[in-house]
Amino acid sequence: MNALRRHRKLTRVWASEPGWRGWFSTVNHTDVGRMFLATSFFFFLVGGVLAMLIRAQLATPDSAFVGPEVYNQLFTMHGTIMMFLFAIPTFEGLAIYLLPKMLGTRDLAFPRLTSYGYWCYFFGGGMMLFSLLFGIAPDGGWFMYPPLTGPLYSPGINTDFWLIGITFVEISAICAAVEFCVSILRYRAPGMSLDKMPIFAWYALVTSLMILTGFPPLILGSVLLEVERAFGLPFFQADLGGDSLLWQHLFWLFGHPEVYIIFLPAAGVISTVLPVMCRTTLLGYGWVVAAAVALAFLSFGLWVHHMFTTGIPHMGLAFFSAASTLVAVPTGVQVFAWIGTMWKGQPQLRLPMLHILGFFVTFVMGGLTGVMVAIVPFDWQAHDTAFVTAHLHYVLFGGFVFPILAGIYYWLPLFTGRKRFFRLGEWAFALIFVGFHGTFLAMHWVGLLGQRRRIETYDADAGWTAINFVSSVSGFIMAIGLAMVLIDVLLHWVVAVRGERNPWHAGSLEWVTMNPPPAYNFASLPHVDKREPLAGDPDLPVRLAKGEGYLGDPFVTWRETLTVEAASGRPDYLVIYPTNTRLPIALAAVTGLFFLSLLIKVYWLTPIAVFGVAALGWWWVWSQGRQSDLGPQDVGRGLSLPPSGETDRSPGWWGTAFLLAANATFFGSLIFGYAFLWTVAPAWPPPEWLEPSLLELGLGVGGVVAGSVGTRVAARGNRTGGAGSSGLLIGLAGTVVAAAALSTLMLRVPAPGGHAYGATLLVLAGYALFHALLTGLMQVFLIARIRRGYTSPRRRAEFPIVGLWADYLTVIVVLSLVVAHLPGMLG
Amino acid sequence: MGATPLALAGCDGPLSTVDPAGPAARTIATLWWVMLVGAVLIFGLVAGLLAAAFRRGRQTRDDRWHERVWIVGLGLGFSMAILAALLASGLMAGERLMPRPAADTVGVRAEARRWSWSFGYDAAPGRVTEDVLHIPAGRPVDVAITSADVVHSFWVPRLAGKLDAIPGHVNVLRIEADHPGTYGGLTAEYNGEGYARHRFVVVAHDAAGWQAFLRGETE
Repeated sequence: MNALRRHRKLTRVWASEPGWRGWFSTVNHTDVGRMFLATSFFFFLVGGVLAMLIRAQLATPDSAFVGPEVYNQLFTMHGTIMMFLFAIPTFEGLAIYLLPKMLGTRDLAFPRLTSYGYWCYFFGGGMMLFSLLFGIAPDGGWFMYPPLTGPLYSPGINTDFWLIGITFVEISAICAAVEFCVSILRYRAPGMSLDKMPIFAWYALVTSLMILTGFPPLILGSVLLEVERAFGLPFFQADLGGDSLLWQHLFWLFGHPEVYIIFLPAAGVISTVLPVMCRTTLLGYGWVVAAAVALAFLSFGLWVHHMFTTGIPHMGLAFFSAASTLVAVPTGVQVFAWIGTMWKGQPQLRLPMLHILGFFVTFVMGGLTGVMVAIVPFDWQAHDTAFVTAHLHYVLFGGFVFPILAGIYYWLPLFTGRKRFFRLGEWAFALIFVGFHGTFLAMHWVGLLGQRRRIETYDADAGWTAINFVSSVSGFIMAIGLAMVLIDVLLHWVVAVRGERNPWHAGSLEWVTMNPPPAYNFASLPHVDKREPLAGDPDLPVRLAKGEGYLGDPFVTWRETLTVEAASGRPDYLVIYPTNTRLPIALAAVTGLFFLSLLIKVYWLTPIAVFGVAALGWWWVWSQGRQSDLGPQDVGRGLSLPPSGETDRSPGWWGTAFLLAANATFFGSLIFGYAFLWTVAPAWPPPEWLEPSLLELGLGVGGVVAGSVGTRVAARGNRTGGAGSSGLLIGLAGTVVAAAALSTLMLRVPAPGGHAYGATLLVLAGYALFHALLTGLMQVFLIARIRRGYTSPRRRAEFPIVGLWADYLTVIVVLSLVVAHLPGMLG
Repeated sequence: MGATPLALAGCDGPLSTVDPAGPAARTIATLWWVMLVGAVLIFGLVAGLLAAAFRRGRQTRDDRWHERVWIVGLGLGFSMAILAALLASGLMAGERLMPRPAADTVGVRAEARRWSWSFGYDAAPGRVTEDVLHIPAGRPVDVAITSADVVHSFWVPRLAGKLDAIPGHVNVLRIEADHPGTYGGLTAEYNGEGYARHRFVVVAHDAAGWQAFLRGETE
């Protein structure tokens, strides 16, 4: 069979529905990646227009362009959109598009989840856009400090849009992060051990792990603040046992890692593109990976540097100041590794390289001012002034937008299969570079002259007039440059001529695919034995297209790929993917209905939406799996592998493990909040503790232990050919008992509306109860699967997944019950 | 004396942190100038290294040499040395600015609300001023800061750094004015619609004027 016929066969299996209908049912990473990027750049445009309105307002003193009620929405939405609806989704889109191609596989681990994440982003972003168009957008600043954003001082729906809309959007970040972790660790070409992985995948892995541990504190904070606003449970009100500082801790526990979540993918782009532009390889691959990992760890230890002015004792500040300066070391290692790469090779001034130089100049300056504000006394002056605004734009525009523009121009021939024709890009770069520095360089100075951030007007005699005017004019120059990039890309997409494959002569696997890539990426999967498989092997694309790699058999009718062991890259098992389906968009819509019912306070709709999510979720999982054994399959090159459903550690198990890691961070943040309020909030101890109950404690702990053990017994029973459902029935009974104990706890919590203590206990018990119900549902599901013949001693993959949830439930219920009952017992 | 060159450099202004009028603001302004010089030098170094990468006919070296020079030497060694020195000087400056007990310290209280400030005086119980804080010049003043509603921040740029006013908490900031005069004060944490106009004034009196204020002879 020749390459063309193989291409047609594979395309029939892998193609999305034709035309615009395909958007709603596609689960293909190439499609969804493009949809993500198009949407995120649309939001970049919206955020940019808001920035122009801000600069128009500040161009002259005593401006009457907009009043504070509009201006406050402008800057809040500018920050919110750029952070949550542009930067993070751009990373998601780029990584969704590129990772499988770079890793030498055909799709990400969970194609339907890719699509679900996109639609959550789409609907959540739509909510935010709606609020903006109707003038009811959030206006509390993008970090939303209560009590300003609490029910007393922001009674309108504006704040709810932020808390609910952004939480909705964050689902897509969590989905993508889980999926990237599993895909990078398991879905690679055979032979690609961790040390041969493309550097971008390392950065994406580190970023994903950071999303899993960085986003849950913010999600928790948003849940608590929304609960306070909607139901009057006090968490942030000082006179009722709450503390507004709790929000600041939770927010910056997210907010600082967030900066690196944005920077690291961009650094991954630099590490990928720069060596190609210099005709060499990255200097110090191992060092760069180590630096990225170190950055991830350190970034969780410096959130307090956003809170240097909140009155934390100086020794405490010293620790965080040290951590904040230390974080510059791995950043320095990366920057010098890149400059060393340039010295090692022969840098060429092509368009992506121009943007990389823009990155260097801008980001290094942002890093230097970053070290300045990490020094506590200086921050006392600079905090909340235009100096900080300037600093953060140097870091984020320099550290994200320039690298992403470099990446866009670098991968554009891959996206479209065309070559650049119009030379708008170079002019656009010049305008962006000059415009950016004109806008923000002098803004440092005006901050030191006392201009605060977020003011909508200033007096002519403050001495800030000239600088602000220059800033505004330059801002418009930058906007013109960015608009030219957009026009350049659109023209390229529509009218440019077809280009050659691999125009930059890169060595990584994404350039092995046809340009633009076909839906299946690779007609057969390569065996990788070096870091740059394409370097020195120009025939590789042809050999793979002829089916000489793995999975080259064109007669299968399902979408298949294979996985490898995480570290070594040895082939592990075969994966059969789901195909086109509208289930993801339907599930996202019902998820959106849930959030919408909370937003507009139509609470009778909430349980209906929850039921809808559960039902669709059931369908989602049920539609996978088989009622008969498949057995090991021939995957080519003399190798035969079992399908993923006939293993103990299926992709679902790995995905669950990473999701539970994020979930555990959420739970840990809740426990942190409890301890924080207890020790720091002014109005503690509460008027009364929970009456301890040994019966409740015993039933709860006994129930979850039975749930855990029962699930294990079921798994063992299934493996030895038994039914397995008896163990699950015991487990289910245990879970139900635990749920009952947690329900009584929720009913007995003293005065949840009167003191943060009761409010926190109620949330803790509610969280545990939710997980008990979820685990119970899974146990019921598994019993139904057994009855319908979806399991066998071979088809065993679903047992360990339910086992993970049952074990997690045990841990959180035991901890929740202990912290709920202990104070009453001791006091 | 120092005002003329500062004015030429565009440093002066009613709210300028780089036109300090008290010891705390002066320490921080000095720190800023030192850091600025350091940052410019480091930036110059990086820019020079970048430009030099485009030179033709460079000596070719092996990867091991590059790793040693770029990553170990510059990335680790250079970064750590600079940062350690900076961190140490920053911490020492911070310690100096802490409100330490001193004999002639004056205690005042500041309470913020949207969108005004009220100030109380330990030496004149019952005396409350709105949006004007009176202090004696040349003596350390400890401002006990709190809030009646949302989070605010107390900031007199020419005298000292800022400190937040947080409901349920009291934070103490040490300020001092070298000479009698009037200094602009700002609320520096966004607090809603009146934020831009949420300001106050600090009036520093000479010894006689301060006594007169405490006796209730000045408004």
